[in-house]
Amino acid sequence: MEQLVKLVPLFPLISFAIIGLLNRKLTKIHAAIFACTGVLLSFVDSIMIFIAQLNHGPVEVKIFDWIVAGDFSASLTFLCDHLSSIFLLVITGVGFLIHIFSVGYMMEDDGFRRFFAYLNLFIFFMLLLVLGNNFLVMFIGWEGVGFCSFMLIGFWFKEEANNNAAKKAFVMNRVGDLGFLIAMCLIFVAFGTLDFTKLFSGGLLASTSVSNEMMTIITLCLFVGAMGKSAQIPLYTWLPDAMAGPTPVSALIHAATMVTAGIYMVARTNFMFNMTPATLEFVAIIGALTALLGASIGLFQNDIKKVLAYSTVSQLGLMFLALGLGAYSAAVFHVVTHAFFKALLFLGSGSVIHSMGGEQDIRKMGGLKKHMPVTYMTFLIGTIAISGIPPLAGFFSKDQILAAAFEHNKLLFVLGMIVSLMTAFYMFRLLFLTFHGSFRGTHEQEHHLHESPFTMTFPLIVLAIFSVIAGFIGFPHALGEQMGIHNWFDDFLKTSVSSVHTEAHLSTELTMMGITTALILIVIFIARSIYVGKGAIPEDEKVERKGLQKLIYNKYYVDELYNALFTRPVDKLSAFFQNFMDNKIVDGIVNGLGKTTTKGGSYVRILQSGNINAYAILFILAITLLFLIILF
Amino acid sequence: MLTLLLILIPFISSGLFFLIGKNIARPLAIVCSIIELVLALFVLNNYMSGHHDMLQMNLAWISSPGINFHIGIDGISMLMVLLTTILMPLIVYGSFNRNFENASTLYGLMFLMQGSIIGSFLAMDGFLFYLFWEIALIPIYFIILVWGGENRQKITFKFFLYTLFGSLFMLVALIYVYLQTPERSFDIQALYQAGRQMGLTEQAWVMSAIFLAFAIKMPIVPFHTWQPATYYTAPTPGVMMLSGVMSKMATYGMIRWILPMVPDAIQEYGYILIIISVISIIYASLISIVQKDFKYLIAFASIAHMGLIAAGIVAANTQSLQGSLIEMLSHGINTIGLFFVYDIIVLRTGTSEMKKLGGIRGIDSSFAFLFFIIVLSVVALPFTNGFVGEFLLIVGLFQSQPIAASFAGLSIILGVVYMFRSFQAMMLGETNSLTANLPRLNVQEKTILIIVVAMIITFGVYPKMILSITEESIKSLLQGIQ
Repeated sequence: MEQLVKLVPLFPLISFAIIGLLNRKLTKIHAAIFACTGVLLSFVDSIMIFIAQLNHGPVEVKIFDWIVAGDFSASLTFLCDHLSSIFLLVITGVGFLIHIFSVGYMMEDDGFRRFFAYLNLFIFFMLLLVLGNNFLVMFIGWEGVGFCSFMLIGFWFKEEANNNAAKKAFVMNRVGDLGFLIAMCLIFVAFGTLDFTKLFSGGLLASTSVSNEMMTIITLCLFVGAMGKSAQIPLYTWLPDAMAGPTPVSALIHAATMVTAGIYMVARTNFMFNMTPATLEFVAIIGALTALLGASIGLFQNDIKKVLAYSTVSQLGLMFLALGLGAYSAAVFHVVTHAFFKALLFLGSGSVIHSMGGEQDIRKMGGLKKHMPVTYMTFLIGTIAISGIPPLAGFFSKDQILAAAFEHNKLLFVLGMIVSLMTAFYMFRLLFLTFHGSFRGTHEQEHHLHESPFTMTFPLIVLAIFSVIAGFIGFPHALGEQMGIHNWFDDFLKTSVSSVHTEAHLSTELTMMGITTALILIVIFIARSIYVGKGAIPEDEKVERKGLQKLIYNKYYVDELYNALFTRPVDKLSAFFQNFMDNKIVDGIVNGLGKTTTKGGSYVRILQSGNINAYAILFILAITLLFLIILF
Repeated sequence: MLTLLLILIPFISSGLFFLIGKNIARPLAIVCSIIELVLALFVLNNYMSGHHDMLQMNLAWISSPGINFHIGIDGISMLMVLLTTILMPLIVYGSFNRNFENASTLYGLMFLMQGSIIGSFLAMDGFLFYLFWEIALIPIYFIILVWGGENRQKITFKFFLYTLFGSLFMLVALIYVYLQTPERSFDIQALYQAGRQMGLTEQAWVMSAIFLAFAIKMPIVPFHTWQPATYYTAPTPGVMMLSGVMSKMATYGMIRWILPMVPDAIQEYGYILIIISVISIIYASLISIVQKDFKYLIAFASIAHMGLIAAGIVAANTQSLQGSLIEMLSHGINTIGLFFVYDIIVLRTGTSEMKKLGGIRGIDSSFAFLFFIIVLSVVALPFTNGFVGEFLLIVGLFQSQPIAASFAGLSIILGVVYMFRSFQAMMLGETNSLTANLPRLNVQEKTILIIVVAMIITFGVYPKMILSITEESIKSLLQGIQ
């Protein structure tokens, strides 16, 4: 078991090293084989670990001491328990499929090898993140994935826009990371260790008396870190921009894995969050608001990837809503199902973009159904799954979150409902505009339309299958009891996260499900009547919009606001420091002092003969004199 | 004896360069720097295996005023010696891509500098420390004056005066403490004892006076205005010596000559020094953001990093001191890497103005890659040496001044802003007429950058080998203070 755990991150690291070092000496095919094999081995390993984990407690594996200074010590230690083994499966499984997809998608690209090297490195850091047994190892992964994300968003580095997006992502993540860093400092000061096992299963958390305010600050700081990585208000604006990267990157990093790191972190430290109801409340509110914000912006986006990006922001918000309600396993469950259908949708959009020759504007698509049947079918499945229609995966996980909200706070429940309905609308709008109706692009593009090669459709099919069936691992409690299907997922996670059992009555649960589903179906019908029935296409950018619509269309002007509040003031302040403070004031005083001295010096000019020997003699004389004074 | 050799070899090497012809200057310089490195590693081996006595040496020198030629080595000086001796061959090798006039004189001065810097790291006598401290200034003054760029007379004059001005305060303070010693001795232990017995006010004055000298040398805000112009005009080997190695004399000096000598003052008024340092970090980081020239950017970024080191030293706990030491090493390695990158670009394009460059990654991806790893270390990404230092510094600082530490933490955000901005401007985007035909790295350049990057990653992944060198000494230092 220990060996297995050690090997998981090692495989992708090795394949990264091979591709990175040999680079151009490898053919593209060989590079692809190395990259995919690395992740595949890791996936197989994860399956073995998972099977072993089924009847096994947590395993701790120490690799070596990393940073040790006095009573501070952080070793590179892995912790493999039920929570991490779930994440291992998702990361390596979905990661492997996306690797396969990328082979086809990136084949024509010059940076093919570089792309796979970074993808492998990303998997390595992501595995480190979920395997770390202390905050610091988690932080290695945390920053490491941020770095890979930076490299991959700016993969096509000749475009200035891509580089700016990459930099924005990294800087914003760093804002969150400062929260993480301060949280680590606080935890070390309060508990004397950053170890998960010592803190949680070792009982240090319970036995150390730490004031409630302190715990609240710690958890808030941690959550600030999560906000950055998982794109929550106010640190979400980097994620839509991150779509500048190649589409498989968006699927892997900016949908299925990296952006869920924040959820993983909160789930991992759930014992801390449980001690601070105030923080949990805050997490729930931020999550609900982010979900609403993302979904509402998604309604008006016309770039296929931007719709999905805002959808991801919104879905991540739902996960935080669940965390804030203490429904940790529901949040993790949604991470899993979301990983399947969102990766599917992104890869599907990649397949579309590939076929459209790089076009991403859905107003110029339409009618792709008949040209790309496999992409269409799988995309349809993904859309149904994310919309939350039973019995596909999204339904079950979203239902759990809504049920938790229903128990806890009716307002949050209503918000969650609205988000679900909006989700169904923008997703079906996307589906209809892209695949239904007639083609609206150029003649040349139409001629070029084709179904993607098997390396690309195969991952779509597999992900579609999982988007259909994955929900059953977390069957609703009340209904499950009646039908004799128990919620396996909740049980499995029990050892890692505390569970709040929602004691919903069967009748309430069924009514809720019924109403939700009915409403969603109505929304879909409306979307259909607008975009298929009337054949409406969204208006051009130039059209004047008014009121709320204008506000949402312009994404609430948040980017503009941040520019005005942070970017420009910092630049101005820096320029002020440079031009005025530094050059005029600080250096002015220094030079002023210098000049005064020189003036005074002119009186003793007689002594300054300019003769070096004379200086040397004076110097020695002075020192001697000094010592004479000292001695007597 | 070994310790004495560590000082003598650079001085002897230095002398050789004034005798030999200029055609063998380069190989000689490399050989001398490597001999010193090997010696340092040998000493390290001795030190780590517990032969500490061999490394002490105490000769009566100018006996009547109580000045001894007392040198010795502990973990802290050991690391500083390693820093100097590891960087020296790189600096020498790095200078080979330019044809300096009178190269042998240049190398002679560089070794003179190395010798006196190492001397200051090993000195266990107040007067001896001061002597080496001042001697080190002379060669760098001439290096910049002779081989420097525009405006060098004016700039070196200011640099020289400014640092000399600071040193005088240190001298006065040292003499003051010396006068308190019962036996009239400059020996380090005597000074420590005398210093600790002084009243709080006296300690505070001594602390301020010595700190002023160090603050100028590092430098930190507001004593930094000599630095950007000096760095800018200095020839690459000179600026590498200055920022990579010489600035560490000041931070080392704080650990050796301030902390144990005036512990009460540090305890009582240390927070003021920490506040100054943290202001320095933020101020310099912000100014870095608007720099147009890459060399100025390195200069200001350097001020920011030195500020963090200084704050950590004053915080005086195990984490902050270990952090400051490993950060000194990292800073040395990283700045040398950055200045070398600067040198490569300037040699090829004739400019270091970042806006004029761009697209280099498309021409030479391995150059961009190596450069980027250095950037990552500067912004303290985990698994780089920069992270280990910065993390320990912030954790350590946090224990004594949580608010200040949180502000210091802002540097991890601002650092990304200015470093990534510069990397993007120079390396990414489309090429232009200046960069379109850029020659790729040659073997010499690649070798140096690879060594730098290898150290960045090795010390980042396995910092224990560095931390263990200084562990014991820091423990006893802290015991002495409490």
